[in-house]
Amino acid sequence: MFETALTFNDLLFLAKGAGMTLAVTAVSVAAGTVMGVVFGVIRAQFGPYWSAPLTFLLDIFRSVPLLIQLVLANAFQAIAKFGWDPFTTSCVVLSLYTAAYCTEIVRGGIDAVPVTTRRAARSLGLTWGQDMRCIVAPLATRVSLPAWIGLTLGVMKDSALVLWLGLTELLKSSQILVTRLQEPLFILLICGAIYFLISFPIARFGGYLERRWSPDD
Amino acid sequence: MLNYTFHWNQALKALPQMLEGALVTLQIAVLSMVIGLICATLLVLCRRSGNIFLTSFATVWVEVARNTPALFQIYMAHFGLGNFGIHLSPYTALLAGITFNNAGYLAENFRGALKAIPDTQPRAARSLGLTSLQAFRYIMVPQMLRVAFLPMTNQMVWAILMTSLGVTVGMNMDLAGVTQELNARSFRTFEFFAFAAVIFYLLTKSVTLGARAMAARLFRY
Repeated sequence: MFETALTFNDLLFLAKGAGMTLAVTAVSVAAGTVMGVVFGVIRAQFGPYWSAPLTFLLDIFRSVPLLIQLVLANAFQAIAKFGWDPFTTSCVVLSLYTAAYCTEIVRGGIDAVPVTTRRAARSLGLTWGQDMRCIVAPLATRVSLPAWIGLTLGVMKDSALVLWLGLTELLKSSQILVTRLQEPLFILLICGAIYFLISFPIARFGGYLERRWSPDD
Repeated sequence: MLNYTFHWNQALKALPQMLEGALVTLQIAVLSMVIGLICATLLVLCRRSGNIFLTSFATVWVEVARNTPALFQIYMAHFGLGNFGIHLSPYTALLAGITFNNAGYLAENFRGALKAIPDTQPRAARSLGLTSLQAFRYIMVPQMLRVAFLPMTNQMVWAILMTSLGVTVGMNMDLAGVTQELNARSFRTFEFFAFAAVIFYLLTKSVTLGARAMAARLFRY
């Protein structure tokens, strides 16, 4: 019969790791989304030429592996003597990473709002801010939300990489247990199941929203 | 604040080594993409087959690939398979992990692209006397590729970025692995990894631009 040395305490240890994964994800997605919305509005508003430097800068975060970004940021904060702990460094890098993707999503959402609708709003006397808040925001959210949910899940999965900086998140804690108990398959399966349980329902919800809100039905 | 002397020369001297690593990275990415494409096509066929066993096999593959981290999948290939007495080298484990991931995402892309083709087309093809496989091969696939080309390019970029994860299972031949080895020897972390970042950036950019040029030629009509 199947036997395992895994105890309840070990499961608690894994749960703690999952908590760390969720904490890093929550902080990064929150900060990244705020930055992404700001950058997205800037990119949509100033057009491709004036926002080219910003586009280039954000493109770097999408073209360099996250692992290397993390290592570079960690080395840089040591060189510059910021004295950040791994959690802060991870959150900063992941936030910028999220912001880079979120900018694209927000820009896509804003571009999906017909120009005529916005001109009509302006000619009815709405200010730019009112137009943005009352006309563009609701319509753009409808287009962007499914993609944003996908991004959140992507960041949650990518946050596994912060183990390289020594942060004990879900994958690292399962790795520690593997080293101790020597049952790699079983523990990794539990770890995968936890990731799956967090990710799958939200992914399904995103898929539902996409179907529900798709413009052609 | 910046009381630190950068030693770019050391990184510059190691550049040939890192470029060799970049070649390995590219090789893994291309291999994983090719095998992934084959697997994805098979998965799509499985999903459309109507056989409950094949369908659920494909669904489980796609959902696991899409809902767990790529790093976890590589760990699974490297540490998890050891339980069955299969001991993969870091290279094979990395390739297997990325291929598994690619196949899952590509299968989902293909499914979306196939949905965009009207149902009447395969039926028309069948009534013209094509077999089911012929209809898939000559009618569905060409149209599917047109829609799925951009997602495929993105996946290729992802594959290149994912190769950097190999370093966590002891891979020392690809770009990230070579960089990490050099770093372990001299602790010039920032310099070496900045070079690696630039190389990765150039790699992904050339893939994106190359794909764009290819799409312009392939899909002119």
